[in-house]
Amino acid sequence: MRLLEYQAKRLFKEYGIRVPNSYVVRSIEEARKYSNELGFPLVAKAQVRVGGRGKAGIIKVCRDVYELDRTVDSMLGSDVKGEIVKSILLEEFIPHDRELYLSIFLDRSKRRYTIIASNEGGVDIESVGDKLVRPVDIFNYDANESVMDEVASYLGLNEGSIDFINITKRLLRLVNEKEAELAEINPLAVVDSTIIALDAKIIIDDNALFRHEELRVFEEQGIETEARKSGFSLVELDGNIAVVGNGAGLVMSTIDMLSDADGRAACFLDVGGGATLDNIYKALTLISRLDKVKAILVNLFGGIVDTSIVAQAIMNAYKDNVINVPLFARIAGRNADIAKDMLRNSRAMMFDSVEEAISHAVNAVKG
Amino acid sequence: MLVNSIDIFSILQGNASDDNYNKKPVIVQGMTGKFGSLHTRLMYEYGTNIVAGVTPGKGGQSFDGIPVYNSVKDALKDHKAEISVMFVPAPYFLDAATDALVNGIKLLVAIPEHVPVRDTLKCIELARDNDAVVVGPNTPGIIVPGVMKLGIMPAQPFSKGNTVVISRSGTLMYEISYRLTLAGFGQRLCLGIGGDPINCLTLIECFELIRNRNDVNSVVVVGEIGGSAEEQLAEYIIDTEFKKPVVAYIAGRSAPKEKRMGHAGAIVYGSYGSAESKVGMFAKAGVPVAKRPAEVPVLLAEKMGAYQADHDK
Repeated sequence: MRLLEYQAKRLFKEYGIRVPNSYVVRSIEEARKYSNELGFPLVAKAQVRVGGRGKAGIIKVCRDVYELDRTVDSMLGSDVKGEIVKSILLEEFIPHDRELYLSIFLDRSKRRYTIIASNEGGVDIESVGDKLVRPVDIFNYDANESVMDEVASYLGLNEGSIDFINITKRLLRLVNEKEAELAEINPLAVVDSTIIALDAKIIIDDNALFRHEELRVFEEQGIETEARKSGFSLVELDGNIAVVGNGAGLVMSTIDMLSDADGRAACFLDVGGGATLDNIYKALTLISRLDKVKAILVNLFGGIVDTSIVAQAIMNAYKDNVINVPLFARIAGRNADIAKDMLRNSRAMMFDSVEEAISHAVNAVKG
Repeated sequence: MLVNSIDIFSILQGNASDDNYNKKPVIVQGMTGKFGSLHTRLMYEYGTNIVAGVTPGKGGQSFDGIPVYNSVKDALKDHKAEISVMFVPAPYFLDAATDALVNGIKLLVAIPEHVPVRDTLKCIELARDNDAVVVGPNTPGIIVPGVMKLGIMPAQPFSKGNTVVISRSGTLMYEISYRLTLAGFGQRLCLGIGGDPINCLTLIECFELIRNRNDVNSVVVVGEIGGSAEEQLAEYIIDTEFKKPVVAYIAGRSAPKEKRMGHAGAIVYGSYGSAESKVGMFAKAGVPVAKRPAEVPVLLAEKMGAYQADHDK
């Protein structure tokens, strides 16, 4: 779960990592009200979970109320790489001398946590050549003293080094206690001898949320979260063909083949291991809520899948008006002949190969 | 290399001279649950020698005539087993793994999905301290076609042979093995390493297990976006001059960045974890990457033909 900037900064504050004064606003009225508290100039930052916000033009310095009005008006409700801006963080403007980069993240290949620091803050760390990467032990803070000293001296922090080391220790504690996969401060601003986190990015291990009820408030409400509660996994995409299957790899693979055939997926939907009547019906119900869906592509594989049950679920969904778009399926399993027969007079078609199902789906949305 | 000293094949099947060759005793943790009981039956039907089950609080009961114990520790007092298949819910994964590993299980197949990364990291340490191999979590398990099945895969797609399939995905392992079966490439072993960001048994460790085996003549790697396991494997193939023909498939090349595609591990950050990076590294290692599952046996046939021609020179 990736937190929004303001949510991550709330955690920073809780852990004693200094952040600028700020308010979250969801309307022009709120923005005006809180701008009085903050004063001008201030920084308006759209709250979305996508990277590169600076480049996307959704972080703006406002010098007066007119600029604020205009900025808030254009940001709220706008679509940034498929995500709608619902809130804006208004933040005091902090003049600073230097921008640093600091992150602690789980290095999958080394199978341990790693600290990355750089003098080039404020840009994408991937593009930065000059950076220090060191392993850290998030379970035993004291074991990291020498690494911290090394990082502080690498960054050339003299009077600020005590403050920096404190922040790093707190970040380590946050990563450990909240089970984060990543905690990133970019940029980390140096103002005289103090250090302030101007941005905040935290990714929490979704699978650890059962141990962190306190983080549930940050969960995004929407179709993806709802799918998760049914044991599915759904990712909204920007095409018009809904892709459903059993198994994440199989669904990804189906979407790859679909895009090779010039089709575009409206969503990724993995119904997990059990392709049961209830599950398939529930999956179709979720899909029905995505207006952009013009066709459904189903790819199920498994020796123990009874395809006639899947066909029954599809028939029921049409009968109950849950779905009203054509459906193209490749279902490998038992009773395929019975299933084909059942679907003969419906808007669903069954094929022996996924390639055939895909080409029919692509043709159907061409209209 | 962590598992150099452990021969997974001998744990799985034993030696031809053993009384219980191909019938090694297996324990099922979480046997009485809905999922565990269904798959206990299916594994048993396939020929897996399941001797005991474990469900805390249900010790003393039995399931299909198989005795149930409160812990692996208790089960191992009555049975000599080195293999356990685990079906417990994710929050109990670490407790169940600890019970298995400190009490003598040498091969643990961990089926549960949604295990916190933290617990997987701890499990890796436990496995190391106890000289054991853990496969998973979030894996369909292991199948030795014609011999035994340790996991949730259907039996139909697989057939006996000399190809090894190593996969990060479950259903794709079935799908691709089925294509191989249809094309006449039977399998010596199919193993799911799991769809999580961190797998207890890594791709490279799997390659170490098979590199010197005469009964393995080719390898198929089913990878996906996220992390750099495939890139590391490609480097390993180059650095250690791995000779057996290898073919790969990578799922997720059309997925958007920073979106977790179903598997906890299937996520791209920047170029880290992207399909292009994986395909590029595999190309350097001489490993062809199929565009779709159906292409895997075609590429494998080409690769093996070339390998044979090279050998005959």
